[in-house]
Amino acid sequence: MKNNTVKSAEIKKIYMDHSATTQTDPAVVEAMLPYLTKFYGNPSALYSIAEESKKAIDRSRETIASFINASPSEIIFTSCGTESDNQAIISIARLKKEKGNHIITTSIEHHAVLHTCDYLQKEGFEVTFLPVDGYGRVSAEDLKKAIKPTTILITIMHANNEVGTLQDIKTLSSIAHKNGILFHTDAVQSIGKVPVDVVEMGVDMLSSSAHKLYGPKGVGFLYVKKGVPMKPFMHGGDQERKLRAGTENVASIVGYAKAIELAKNSYEAEAIRLRNLSRYFVEELDKAVPDVVFTGHPTDRTPGHVSCCFSYIEGESVLLMLDSLGICVSSGSACTARSLAASHVLLAMGIDVTIAQGSIRFTLGHENTKDDIDYVLKHLPGIVDKFRKMSPLYEK
Amino acid sequence: MYNKKVKDHFMNPRNVGKIKNPDGTGEIGNPKCGDVMHIEIKVEKGIIADVKFQTFGCAAAIASSSMVTEIVKGMTIEEAEKVTNQAVADALEGLPPEKMHCSNLAADALLKAIQEYKEKQK
Repeated sequence: MKNNTVKSAEIKKIYMDHSATTQTDPAVVEAMLPYLTKFYGNPSALYSIAEESKKAIDRSRETIASFINASPSEIIFTSCGTESDNQAIISIARLKKEKGNHIITTSIEHHAVLHTCDYLQKEGFEVTFLPVDGYGRVSAEDLKKAIKPTTILITIMHANNEVGTLQDIKTLSSIAHKNGILFHTDAVQSIGKVPVDVVEMGVDMLSSSAHKLYGPKGVGFLYVKKGVPMKPFMHGGDQERKLRAGTENVASIVGYAKAIELAKNSYEAEAIRLRNLSRYFVEELDKAVPDVVFTGHPTDRTPGHVSCCFSYIEGESVLLMLDSLGICVSSGSACTARSLAASHVLLAMGIDVTIAQGSIRFTLGHENTKDDIDYVLKHLPGIVDKFRKMSPLYEK
Repeated sequence: MYNKKVKDHFMNPRNVGKIKNPDGTGEIGNPKCGDVMHIEIKVEKGIIADVKFQTFGCAAAIASSSMVTEIVKGMTIEEAEKVTNQAVADALEGLPPEKMHCSNLAADALLKAIQEYKEKQK
């Protein structure tokens, strides 16, 4: 027993996978608790503890709407980012199919969008997957060329989860609107990290999820601009203006608003801090390890996002070795994906499939310090070297 | 995800490297799928006197390469060529199901090395 204590104290825990999820902020947990213990009433009921739950949802909706420059009535609470993407894309496809059956998206979307488009393709919709450049950016010209008289929806993510690259949503959405086409963006990776203003960006729909910004898992929202048609995805009660049936996840919605409130006050300063940390990390890593291919746009990316490929080796082995040192990261290699295919994002960016197998993503967040980066830098070069020496590709 | 034995062979792989003037070499896999295994053998009086591997791949690929070298070192050629991928996985006390087909190919790489050795003997 004593030995275990000593052993666990020796191993650090350095979490560098904030694009996967974040630790729920203690202030968020505190804000949520009364809605699990005291005000547990169903918001649809009429007695006073239920009235308090209903008011809490209204207040949360106002906080969140104001953060993205929307009206409260334009926010639909969902269970996650994936549900928001499905709701937006499938709803527009069904409602606009008289006008046309063509949807435009990109080849680097999250699976929540890609697989939803695949699903619609099987139903007879036509989908164009736009290419990206070496930094993972979509070109306005490619988008213009892809538009057809039958195009009903364009869905392009704001920030990419694997490589952090940000798209110029304002330019892309204006092209959609000039052609009378609705525009949706998956902003799951950008909200709370970079400015997200639905009016400035000119989007008709926007998806978000709480757990990427220190909120709880199991809650997301879909912004739907006033006047944009929507069809329910979940059928049942009259919740969310009859657009999303099911008893509201009150505590998580309150937690979501709290996370947004915390982000509102701190994200700009935090973005500067994280950008400085990741710049230091990239510079030092580049010096310490030869043949590292950094992926994504060097500056137009989400703060704290460092993604790279170590040539000649495979990502899962690096990931597991880092895990044995208490460092949590992710990889886009075929071995880490159950699909057994290398990252579709890296391949779309034109990265060689062998190099893509060596991808590792470090996404920094609130609790990370320069000491954490120095700890990673102390161990990572040796790990890469060990696997390169073991690799039959290294000498060739 | 991986059991203790697999982790041990992954963290401390046995017989990594190359052999000077090997009697047989075998390579299997494709970097596109994420795994390449290269095995070299030294044969003395019909016995595998030395065996080394180099592997590009995940923990399962590295552990199965390490395990096959440990199993066959000291075996006769006839014994070694009967070692199957399944036997390697069993010696590792199991691999995750999704890794069985893509990463558990070390015995095939060894067999190629043995075949090359036999060709040279003709």
